[in-house]
Amino acid sequence: MKHRYLPMTEQDKKAMLETIGVSTIDELFDDIPEKVRFQGQYNIKPAKSETALMKELFKLASKNADLKENVSFLGAGVYDHYIPVIVDHVLSRSEFYTAYTPYQPEISQGELQAIFEFQTMICELTGMEVANSSMYDGGTALAEAAMLSAGHTKRKTIVVSSAVHPEYRDVLKTYAKGQYLDVVEVPIKDGVTDQTVLKEMVTKDVAAVIVQYPNFFGRIEPLKELEELIHEQKALFVVSSNPLSLGVLTPPGKFGADIVVGDAQPFGIPTAFGGPHCGYFAVTSKLMRKVPGRLVGQTTDEQGRRGFVLTLQAREQHIRRDKATSNICSNQALNALAASVAMTALGKNGVREMAEANLQKAHYAKNRLKAAGFEVVYDGYLFNEFVIKLNNPVKEINQKLLQKGIIGGYDLGRDYPDLANHMLLAVTEQRTKEEIDILVKELGDMHA
Amino acid sequence: MPNQEQRLIFELSTPGRIGYSLPEMDVPEAELTGLLPEGYWRKEEPALPEVSELDIMRHYTSLSKRNHGLDSGFYPLGSCTMKYNPKINENVARFNGFAHIHPLQDESSIQGALELMYDLQQHLKEITGMDEVTLQPAAGAHGEWTGLMLIRAYHEANGDRKRTKVIIPDSAHGTNPASATVAGLETITVKSGDNGLVDLEDLQRVVGEDTAALMLTNPNTLGLFEEQIVEMAEVVHAAGGKVYYDGANLNAVLSKARPGDMGFDVVHLNLHKTFTGPHGGGGPGSGPVGVKADLIPFLPKPVINKQGDTYVLDYERPQSIGRVKPFYGNFGINVRAYTYIRSMGPDGLQAVTDYAVLNANYMMRRLSAYYDLPFDRHCKHEFVLSGRRQKKLGVRTLDIAKRLLDFGYHPPTIYFPLNVEECIMIEPTETESKETLDSFIDAMIQIAKEAEENPEIVQEAPHTTVVGRLDETTAARKPILRYQAEI
Repeated sequence: MKHRYLPMTEQDKKAMLETIGVSTIDELFDDIPEKVRFQGQYNIKPAKSETALMKELFKLASKNADLKENVSFLGAGVYDHYIPVIVDHVLSRSEFYTAYTPYQPEISQGELQAIFEFQTMICELTGMEVANSSMYDGGTALAEAAMLSAGHTKRKTIVVSSAVHPEYRDVLKTYAKGQYLDVVEVPIKDGVTDQTVLKEMVTKDVAAVIVQYPNFFGRIEPLKELEELIHEQKALFVVSSNPLSLGVLTPPGKFGADIVVGDAQPFGIPTAFGGPHCGYFAVTSKLMRKVPGRLVGQTTDEQGRRGFVLTLQAREQHIRRDKATSNICSNQALNALAASVAMTALGKNGVREMAEANLQKAHYAKNRLKAAGFEVVYDGYLFNEFVIKLNNPVKEINQKLLQKGIIGGYDLGRDYPDLANHMLLAVTEQRTKEEIDILVKELGDMHA
Repeated sequence: MPNQEQRLIFELSTPGRIGYSLPEMDVPEAELTGLLPEGYWRKEEPALPEVSELDIMRHYTSLSKRNHGLDSGFYPLGSCTMKYNPKINENVARFNGFAHIHPLQDESSIQGALELMYDLQQHLKEITGMDEVTLQPAAGAHGEWTGLMLIRAYHEANGDRKRTKVIIPDSAHGTNPASATVAGLETITVKSGDNGLVDLEDLQRVVGEDTAALMLTNPNTLGLFEEQIVEMAEVVHAAGGKVYYDGANLNAVLSKARPGDMGFDVVHLNLHKTFTGPHGGGGPGSGPVGVKADLIPFLPKPVINKQGDTYVLDYERPQSIGRVKPFYGNFGINVRAYTYIRSMGPDGLQAVTDYAVLNANYMMRRLSAYYDLPFDRHCKHEFVLSGRRQKKLGVRTLDIAKRLLDFGYHPPTIYFPLNVEECIMIEPTETESKETLDSFIDAMIQIAKEAEENPEIVQEAPHTTVVGRLDETTAARKPILRYQAEI
């Protein structure tokens, strides 16, 4: 058969078989026992030409309601943000996207330096001393933070706030099962972690307390007070944070966080149905040698020229094997590059301006909805999300909104039984006044 | 100017420049100070760069030139399956209906995405011979851990809590034992025999009531097919254990032998290897897991089901191990893999393995006159050489790898697997032409000759790269992991 990805000709094949000393390719598979030999061909769809396949898949993609044609107020950990056009142009440089892990530093300086810059930017935003080269996503980064904490403190209990993303908590619980750790959830009070209950929960068995900042409901957790009561018991303070919000919020590092994790999706990474995104992982220098995943470090060559290498690899699975505390190998390097380009394009001022625009537009939307008679639940300081109470099931309302080209907010009843008919709305810098006004009107019409 | 030092983006920063164009601020603005609690307004701005859009493009273009990708040249990195990354994949993954959809949208508005995932699962089931597939794991190692968690859940559901050991050959990827540890299981290592294969007797000796699973890569990392795979699976099954297939090397057996038919109960695939999701400089990958029927109840949730013509996300899975990842996996990579499979079709996938194996054997045969060949038999998609002959001349495998850089090649995997001295592991893949293979072989032959006649040129390589060998010892002893402006 001929295929554009397969360059061998019949003539090549003949010459090569001769060199090998066999007469057919099949002979090269003689070591596969007859009884497990697959007969014939896979029963899968036949190949399509480039044109036909593009057409088919475009049609398939068009069955989805996308965020370009619709107006989205859906967040809950994944956001519709400004992606500078330049990001995709950099990502499309195939020297980056067709390379693998930079095992050979002499011919991988581009990737290594880009990651070094990524690590620096994450440190800057989070206020931490060390950041790794990326994790799969915010959820697994959070779970790895719990594992690091358990290993470091030799304690077995992880306390997590119920105001942490429900799916992140689910991932945490799966990892915890693997490590025989106990996960205890702190209830919420007025939309933030209940400090009175937390104080009782944080005992000498607790390895880490995990909170989200801003939390799942968009509220700003009081990190200062939390830090004191967590460190009093020598537990580690783990904060999961939307890095964009740190353009305006005091970074967790300033409040004494030991580990800061999260997802860099708000920076240059499309929603892509939930992945690939880009987890980040930042720690104090005290925990540097316990960080999971890859780290890039600066060094010099024989001539004293600056260069970058993968470093502190004694932590990693390919050296430590079953003694490793994390098994991560492939990470999200290309998406870390996307985040780096976006953070670079936004720069010092753009990150702040973009974060401020989220604050302003979310507040505008919240006030408009209040004025239209909606109850804002857990009302208080917020970043770009807030909760409103509806008269009808969220699913029903979202289906109606969709007909108007609006992707409505998240149905909190899915995870919090007492929040049935409560919708979590996200308003980013992407939303225009007109779009917000239309949402208010449509919701108002249904509310009446 | 290849030797000119590349500046960091922070060193290119000039206060006052911008590289962004934010949407208009068209809502009435509130007084900012009142919008956040006291003490929570950021005081020190993050030291991010201030550069123009052209500065950014030049910076990253310059970095890209200091990076070798598969499109730059041959990349025979063993066990990584560095095959061509088709460009149609990139276009399809960027369709608005795939790249710009939200994972928590109403199911009625994401039917196309669910259909693609469901159909990809159907294809992967047929390819692996398994009964069900989950697309949730984000990468190979993540799939390994997920698979082992499934096996643990299965044993525990049977009240079989003593099964805590995973048997892993010494030639396995480092992620295998690490994944076992993270899944709360212990590793028992079995040694490979002189023929490079697992010793069945040794396996019989370690298998027992405490065996949770045997974890195997087949063909193994030496590129050799485990001929006694059926017997091995029987031994483990007879003892009540499960058999796990590390799909890193699936490119070697497409249409030739399916893990499900070989007796494996669980398999993970690396869609960024065999199925051309690009490697991205180290990720993102995608590591779907396939299982036999008795393990289906434990799969991560949600599971995608089809009800009539509608696709649904099923969360009602009481025995599920839970979530392993937020949302539904690295969808963007799964779209690329699906596009690839549909571009190849059944006959295309068969040809993939034919040529991958032909290419590897051809290279192995031609190079065997110049380098030691520890296992002289037909290989599958990859093979290992030993540099021990050159080592006696003072030239180590590391030197050979560095010398290859001067010829414009990415070197093979080196010093892995651990059971071969001065190991050189070569995987050409099926997408390379004979001319490329021949040129690489010629370079390897020249290096072998240089090792005899002029070893310094190899020992001091590379000579043509933007930096020379880097001081990794100092990098680890005095780590500099971020840029800091000089004060």
